[in-house]
Amino acid sequence: MALPRRRFDALIIGAGGAGLNAAIQLADTEARVAVVSKVFPTRSHTVAAQGGVNAALANVLPDNWHWHMYDTVKGSDWLGDQDAIEYMCREAIPTVYELEHNGVPFSRLDNGKIYQRPFGGMTQNFGGEQAARTCAAADRTGHAILHTLYQQNLRARTHFFDEYFAIDLIRDQEGAVLGALVLEIETGEPLLIEAKATVLATGGCGQVFRTTSNAHINTGDGMAMALRAGIPLMDMEFFQFHPTGLAGRGMLITEGVRGEGGYLINKDGERFMERSAPHAKDLASRDVVSRAIVTEVKEGRGCGPRGDHVLLKLDHLGEEVIAKRLPGIRETGRIFSGVDAAREPLPVFPTAHYAMGGIPTDRHGRVLAPVGTGEEVVPGLYAAGECACVSVHGGNRLGGNSLLDILVFGRAAGLDLLEHMEAHHRPMDEASVDRAMARLERWDRKGEGLSVRELRDAFRATMEEHAGVFRTEAVMREGLDKLRALRAQLDEVRLQDHSRVFNTARIEALELENLIACGMAIAVSALNRKESRGAHSRPDYPKRDDVNWMKHSLYLMEDDHLDYKPVQTKPLTVETFPPKERVY
Amino acid sequence: MKFLVSRYNPDRDAKPHMQAFEVEVWRGMMLRDALLEIKRQDESFAFRHSCGEGVCGSDGVNVNGSNRLACITPVADLKAPVEIRPFPGRPIIRDLVVDMSQFYAQYKAVEPWLVREDPMPEQEILQSPAERDRLDGLYECILCGCCSTACPSFWWNPDKFHGPQALLTAWRFLADSRDQATEHRLDALEGPYRLFRCHTIMSCVEACPKGLNPTRAIGHIKQLMLEKAI
Repeated sequence: MALPRRRFDALIIGAGGAGLNAAIQLADTEARVAVVSKVFPTRSHTVAAQGGVNAALANVLPDNWHWHMYDTVKGSDWLGDQDAIEYMCREAIPTVYELEHNGVPFSRLDNGKIYQRPFGGMTQNFGGEQAARTCAAADRTGHAILHTLYQQNLRARTHFFDEYFAIDLIRDQEGAVLGALVLEIETGEPLLIEAKATVLATGGCGQVFRTTSNAHINTGDGMAMALRAGIPLMDMEFFQFHPTGLAGRGMLITEGVRGEGGYLINKDGERFMERSAPHAKDLASRDVVSRAIVTEVKEGRGCGPRGDHVLLKLDHLGEEVIAKRLPGIRETGRIFSGVDAAREPLPVFPTAHYAMGGIPTDRHGRVLAPVGTGEEVVPGLYAAGECACVSVHGGNRLGGNSLLDILVFGRAAGLDLLEHMEAHHRPMDEASVDRAMARLERWDRKGEGLSVRELRDAFRATMEEHAGVFRTEAVMREGLDKLRALRAQLDEVRLQDHSRVFNTARIEALELENLIACGMAIAVSALNRKESRGAHSRPDYPKRDDVNWMKHSLYLMEDDHLDYKPVQTKPLTVETFPPKERVY
Repeated sequence: MKFLVSRYNPDRDAKPHMQAFEVEVWRGMMLRDALLEIKRQDESFAFRHSCGEGVCGSDGVNVNGSNRLACITPVADLKAPVEIRPFPGRPIIRDLVVDMSQFYAQYKAVEPWLVREDPMPEQEILQSPAERDRLDGLYECILCGCCSTACPSFWWNPDKFHGPQALLTAWRFLADSRDQATEHRLDALEGPYRLFRCHTIMSCVEACPKGLNPTRAIGHIKQLMLEKAI
């Protein structure tokens, strides 16, 4: 059977902030752009971002991009690449203005400028007083940005393939990416999309953990597609656990709550962050606050009948501030915990939130793969957003830098692609198409077997137990054995539902393969890194080790192989920020 | 607790039918959790869902006769047996999954993007807090479709009447001090259908899971048209 084919200049997979900001750069030109998304674009997970986007606009307090850069380097625990960080922090300013011009309904200050709130890890003057750098639309900033970007793409007549699931990249013998095989979810029919350049903008993989702030759709599809195409994932051991997930539920309570003056207490009513981070207190970096909460609970100072969470107090902020700045949080607390945050504190506990690692790229969004002792650009392939690793977040991402990352590097990828798009399509490699089709057809196998649900539940629980906030050699080694055994069971999984139309069971099976690929990258990379840095916390190696470990991990799927490459410590124009101890 | 769920698989069924499931309910359970439990019992059951916290707008369904967002609807508030159907008036693709293309087409028809004729300033376009406050209750829409698919006027004329969602969006841009396409937007809403098919039945207000008020937005548009006509 001949596959139906479509041809575009550019194919963008994923319609969150990164994909849509890449698309908008292209849509206003002559280029023909296709955006493929497994959900209607405004359902993408960017919509859930709450607190805001960082840019040194200095609307509230003095600020400049160089301070923002220092905070980001320090926040990364010196694992971030300083050239990319400099680029991001400089670009932040025009990026936010561009968003505003496109229609984002930012909250406003009395003088009519964009409202900016304090956020964790953000300082003035290279580690001095707290900065106010996080541009916010109440506590719905991601929603406001995503809808605006979608609207501008409608204006520009971007070609959307809504509810199409990407199966795999198509690569030729030289390794160039020629497009992707996708599946129309409604009809169950495959479609081959040829493109001169492809952008992976598929977001994160938080669903690898049982308790997560991430949506059902965050299954690491693009990361796994890269792995299957022989491209590594970088720094996957660095996974951020957001300190304030709603206890027992996992959904996010924005850091903006603490930015507006909320704080954490233990069962004795003690503000324990004063002890754990005497200077920055509740606005210390996320990894620091998460570990402090877990420590409180472990040492018996947790709240509730089981002592399994702490409390986030914000009722002292008053009805007016909460209604104006944190209305969504009040709603979430009321619906899911039955707590009115304007009267009582919210029960919180860390929740799996964000992958600092991902597909390695340069600051133009071009994907890099190891060749010999160095690395080279993969022709025709870009990645941007959470699925990518530039790396600007290094060992730990600061709040308000993820919306920034997706916007800046989505835009950069779109612009670079436009400039370097090849004149002609390369010929399709049929062997590569057959391999992608085989991945799809594997799920036609009938008979009794393990269900997708059983394997998914087991895998996610094992990840949580063995690759979570605190990681020791024994726990992780046992975990890796278990995870490998679970991966081996993938072959025994069978679908009972083989229907064509809107078969969500089949989509979940394809997603499970992606989750397992990403989970293995996390577990293998974590076991190997014998130091504590950023979100990667090892009680058996409690110190950061810059001599041996100031380097990026590169995980390859074949044989669970690990490689390393140096951190780029040289910025573009300013002096290097040399590593020092990271205290808040 | 007993759930009756509308099932339809075009590969197999001539028309939709109801199927019963028994689901164990726990404290704090949302309707989406119950739908996930049903999917555990039968993987062929299809419905859209994603964020689980009422911001992505994927999982609108009709439950005991009302359009609701499953992920923020507590099961404890529902009367058993809970009857779950797809949104009314939309073509059914499978089970609870409906074809929303006409709904999206109406959204696009109101040109839902900021139009600015003046050259852009180097920094932000200034907007006072009071001007920004006018967007509250408008920009928060999540495009779930609960309102428009609860609207009888939209059921009868989904190709010609914009419906409450699109009209809320139209007002969101008319109300934005930065937008400079007021005349064009109002002109485009003229005629007997696009705006004026709203008969203020207010089903949309009742259906909106985000507490927004499309009927009021429609009233504001009519008011503005009147002012401009004088």
